[in-house]
Amino acid sequence: MKRLVPIAIIVAVLIIAVGGVYMLLKSPEPTNISQLPPQTPAAPAPTVVPEDEPVHFKGRMDAPVRLEEYGDYQCPPCGLFHPIAQRVLSSYGDRVRFSFRNLPLPNIHKHAQEAARAAEAAGQQGKFWEMHDLLYERQQEWSKADVARPLFLRYAQELGLNMSRFTQDLDGAVTGMRVAQDAALAQMRGVTGTPTVFLNGRMLSFEETMDFDKLRVQIDAALAGKS
Amino acid sequence: MTVTTGGSQATLADSAANVGAQGRRRGVWLDAAAALLALVGLADALYLTVEHLSGRSVRCTVISGCSEVLSSPYATVGSVPLAALGALAYFAVFSLATLAAFGSAWARRLLAPLVAAMFFMTLWLLYLQGFVIGHFCQFCLLSAAVTTGLTVIVAAQFFTQRSARIK
Repeated sequence: MKRLVPIAIIVAVLIIAVGGVYMLLKSPEPTNISQLPPQTPAAPAPTVVPEDEPVHFKGRMDAPVRLEEYGDYQCPPCGLFHPIAQRVLSSYGDRVRFSFRNLPLPNIHKHAQEAARAAEAAGQQGKFWEMHDLLYERQQEWSKADVARPLFLRYAQELGLNMSRFTQDLDGAVTGMRVAQDAALAQMRGVTGTPTVFLNGRMLSFEETMDFDKLRVQIDAALAGKS
Repeated sequence: MTVTTGGSQATLADSAANVGAQGRRRGVWLDAAAALLALVGLADALYLTVEHLSGRSVRCTVISGCSEVLSSPYATVGSVPLAALGALAYFAVFSLATLAAFGSAWARRLLAPLVAAMFFMTLWLLYLQGFVIGHFCQFCLLSAAVTTGLTVIVAAQFFTQRSARIK
C-alpha cells in the first residue's frame, strides 16, 4: 500500500498539469474561419471593426482577401513574419491585398519609432515598400546599433532617395503624424502587440500569423467564402 | 579507536545507527524539497508552454520583456517549444524525487544525472539570453533559479549520503 502513495501523488500531479494546460489552451474564439458561426449584420464579431483605407498596401485595392499587419520594425517576431508575408504575396498574387501599419513599441525597442519614421519618410518619395523590406531584412544590423540614424540614411541612399528631403522628412511633422495615426488606430482596434495581423478584419492569433501553412488555411477559407 | 568491551561496542553501534537514521531523515527531507521545487519549475515551464502554443504573449508587447527570448529561434527544438521539454524534465525530477522520498534508491540515483544535465542546459540558456539574444525573460530566469536550487539540493543529498556511509 505504501508503495502506491508516491505513484498516486505523481499521477495526481500529471492529471492536474495536463488538465491545466488543456483548460488554458482551450481558446474561447474559434481558430479557423470555417468554424465561425454564420454572422448576421446585427451581430458582428467583437474583433471585427470597420477598416480604414490603407495608406500603404500591395496588391489590388479590391482584392477578396485583405491582410493588414500592425508591425514594429525592431520587433523580432515581425522580422520573422516578413518573409511569410512575402510568401503569401508571391503565392496569391492579386487575390490578396497586404497592408502595413506602424505600431512602434519604443518602451522595449529604442529604434522602433525612428525606423517607422524612416519607412514613412521613404514613402513620401514613393519608396515605402523598398524601405520597409530593407528595414526588416537588415533588422539585426540596425537594431544592435547604438545610433540607428546613420544606417537609415545609408539605406535611403541605397534606394536612391533625395537625401536632403529624406533627412527633413525623417523629423517632419507629417511623418510623425502618419506613425501616430497608425498607432492610434491600433489602439482603437485593440492591438496590444506586434505583429498583429487582421484577415478581412478578423484578428488572427499569433500561431496563425507565424505559420505559413496555418495562414494559408485561413486565406484559402476566406477565398472559398468569397467565391 | 579500539573497542575492547561489549558495552562500548553497543554504544558505537547505536551511535552509527543514529547517524544513519539522521542521514536517512535528512535525505527524505531533501528529496521532498526537490519534489516541491520541481513543482515550481513545472508550473513555470507549463505556463511558458501554454503561452508559446497559444501565442498570447510572444508578440512584442509594451509590457512584456520576454518576447525577444520566446520568439527567438532558440525557443523551439524543431517544432517543439523548449518550455515543453523543460516541463517534461521538471515532471521527471518531481517523479524521481517523490519516489526517492518514499525510499526508492534507483530513483535517487537517476535524479543526480538528470538534474546535472538540466543545470548545464540552464547555463547554456543563460549564455544565449545574455550574449546572443541580448534579452532576459523573467520566467526563464525563474526556471534557471529553480534548476540551480535543485542542483544545490542534489549536491547536498550526495554529501549527506556520503558522510552517512563514511560514519
